[in-house]
Amino acid sequence: MNWKRYFLWGTTAIVFAVAPLVFTSSFALTMLTQMGSFIIFALAYNMLLGQGGMLSFGHAVYSGLGAYIAVHALNLMGKGALVFPVTLLPLIGGLAGMLFGMLFGYVTTRRAGTTFALISLGVGEMVFACVLMFPGFFGGEAGVSTNRVVGKAFLGVTYGPALQVYYLVAAWCLISMAAMYALTQTPLGRMANAVRDNPERAEFVGYDTQKVRFLQLVLSSFFAGVSGGLSCINFEIVSAENVSALRSGGVLIATFIGGVPFFFGPILGAIVFIFFVVALSGFTKAWLLYLGLFFVLMVLYAPGGLASLLLLHIPLLRARRLNRLALPYLLAGGAALLAFAGVVGLVEMVYRLSEQGASTVISLPGVSFDAATAPPWLFFGLVLVAGLAALHFARQFFSRRWHDVQAGMKA
Amino acid sequence: MEFFLVQLLNGISYGLLLFMLSSGLTLVFSLMGVLNFAHASFYMLGAYFAFQLSTWIGFWPALALAPLGVGAIGMLVERFGLRKVHRYGHVAELLFTFGLAYLIDEAVHLVWGRSAVDYRVPPDLDGPLFSIFTSQYPTYRGFMMLVSVAMLVSIWLALTRTRIGLVIQAALSHPQTVEALGHNVPRVFMLVFGGGAALAGLAGVIGGNAFVTEPGMAASVGPIIFVIVVVGGMGSLAGAFIASLLIGCLQTFAVALDWPLFFGLKLSQVAPVLPYLLMVLLLIFRPKGLMGTREG
Repeated sequence: MNWKRYFLWGTTAIVFAVAPLVFTSSFALTMLTQMGSFIIFALAYNMLLGQGGMLSFGHAVYSGLGAYIAVHALNLMGKGALVFPVTLLPLIGGLAGMLFGMLFGYVTTRRAGTTFALISLGVGEMVFACVLMFPGFFGGEAGVSTNRVVGKAFLGVTYGPALQVYYLVAAWCLISMAAMYALTQTPLGRMANAVRDNPERAEFVGYDTQKVRFLQLVLSSFFAGVSGGLSCINFEIVSAENVSALRSGGVLIATFIGGVPFFFGPILGAIVFIFFVVALSGFTKAWLLYLGLFFVLMVLYAPGGLASLLLLHIPLLRARRLNRLALPYLLAGGAALLAFAGVVGLVEMVYRLSEQGASTVISLPGVSFDAATAPPWLFFGLVLVAGLAALHFARQFFSRRWHDVQAGMKA
Repeated sequence: MEFFLVQLLNGISYGLLLFMLSSGLTLVFSLMGVLNFAHASFYMLGAYFAFQLSTWIGFWPALALAPLGVGAIGMLVERFGLRKVHRYGHVAELLFTFGLAYLIDEAVHLVWGRSAVDYRVPPDLDGPLFSIFTSQYPTYRGFMMLVSVAMLVSIWLALTRTRIGLVIQAALSHPQTVEALGHNVPRVFMLVFGGGAALAGLAGVIGGNAFVTEPGMAASVGPIIFVIVVVGGMGSLAGAFIASLLIGCLQTFAVALDWPLFFGLKLSQVAPVLPYLLMVLLLIFRPKGLMGTREG
């Protein structure tokens, strides 16, 4: 532990504590709370993908089943059949997630690579189908609802107000982050990296790769379950959506966007992802398309995620040469914005035309146009083409300047 | 007996449809090492294209044009997407097709809406083909079997009897040597990927009106064909064939049977879980799949 690390963790804790005081609206508070529990989920997911090299398409199984067990425990507490503090409820979710991790992990971790990906998908679909099959326990499509205000208040904390829930999530998030970081430093964490990079060699050294994958998955499902328990407290409902392929895909997208090779990558990814889901879905029904587009662009051009893009700039910042990139960034940003405006215009018009019974006239503040006529199509098409062309030139300019700066730093 | 025969025929026709999907997936996987996550989305795209084309120019031209359209999209995807991410490795390729599946699904939502479209069996093929005891067997089911078998035979002939087929087979195991002999291997990749997409599109054309053409169809059939690929053994065409028929029959019979099981559940209610259960059991007892040779 050097001072840098103290500084980073301290800053994170302060940001967590201060965030709801800065963003005071209830909308922002819901978003922050969701971000907190999703950060745990994404970090847990990265224990598989980033640290263990296991691409899972079914990780929502562990967070979802953890949430189901937690919601039933909470309901038992509400009836008085079980005495347990709500503060520690995520622990129940975590242990449940871990238990299911042991059960399913025994099957899924028998294989690695692409086969693991397929098997995790199959197990995810199996659990999802089972959840719909037993409505008695899982509540069918509607799910199981609950009430988080249970028992006597402890030091005035009832978890009724959303702010108290936020601080609960923030505290669990901070603890989980620290625990997961510590795990990367243990021999198991190191072996997981070895099994990811060269399984054959790891076996020659005398490690059972299957066992390493299994242990990594079990630990990861514990934290996934913790996140499930927190979302159960936050939403007071757990439904089949919690174990769905959509949720599993979501955590994969968030983690990748953030940056798989870095420990802090998924934190960034979770923040961006929740912003997409909560904020953007209020504006447009095509938000999933934009998210998918963003994801595909990241896969194509920035496989290290947002974290790698940020880290690329640190040497420039140290050398005080970042200002040389301001102009190319401004140009590239303008071009990207232009192309994006074209895409958004076209997508929203297609959507408006396909929606039955909706008016084809789109009104924005200041302008309104009819999507059923040709001129707006021509306009947005031209905007898109112009944006792409500008982006092409801006990219050339940018890469020239980037190489200049890099060469200048070496000299 | 009557019940058994009818269900068997239904199971086989469904199984053949599944094999049309899983064969393309397997070919692409064994050639390029890429597991195409968007394969089921190409299937859906085929169904929607066929629906749109059949409202404009009729079913028969659509039967030929829709798979070609899907194949062309597949080739573009390979040329301008997959080839770029290839240098980042197989995980990146898998993730790219995963993102692509999102994009195709959402594009279908945007263009054709969120509810099912009215894509019907053409009138020429509507009606009974023959009767088994008292129940009549629909002509369209027979047509589906005919198309699948014809397609499978032509693929087999193309792979074993034509020059390009031999190049593909050689590129499967020794891509560098094939390239050194002067063949354009990236173009072979593009053709195979497009061909796989076209096969999925064809399956969509004939499956879309036999079942339902709706935006959820990719998500419902996708996991099943991945299960087939795992159960059959990764990269094995023969394994995929056996697994397709097995799972096709398993699902058809289970849905039709009302045998009571445990917890007051009936067999027909458990049907959606059975393919996955089969996969899990197989992995415990025979981890490499039915006909698989690859470990890893």
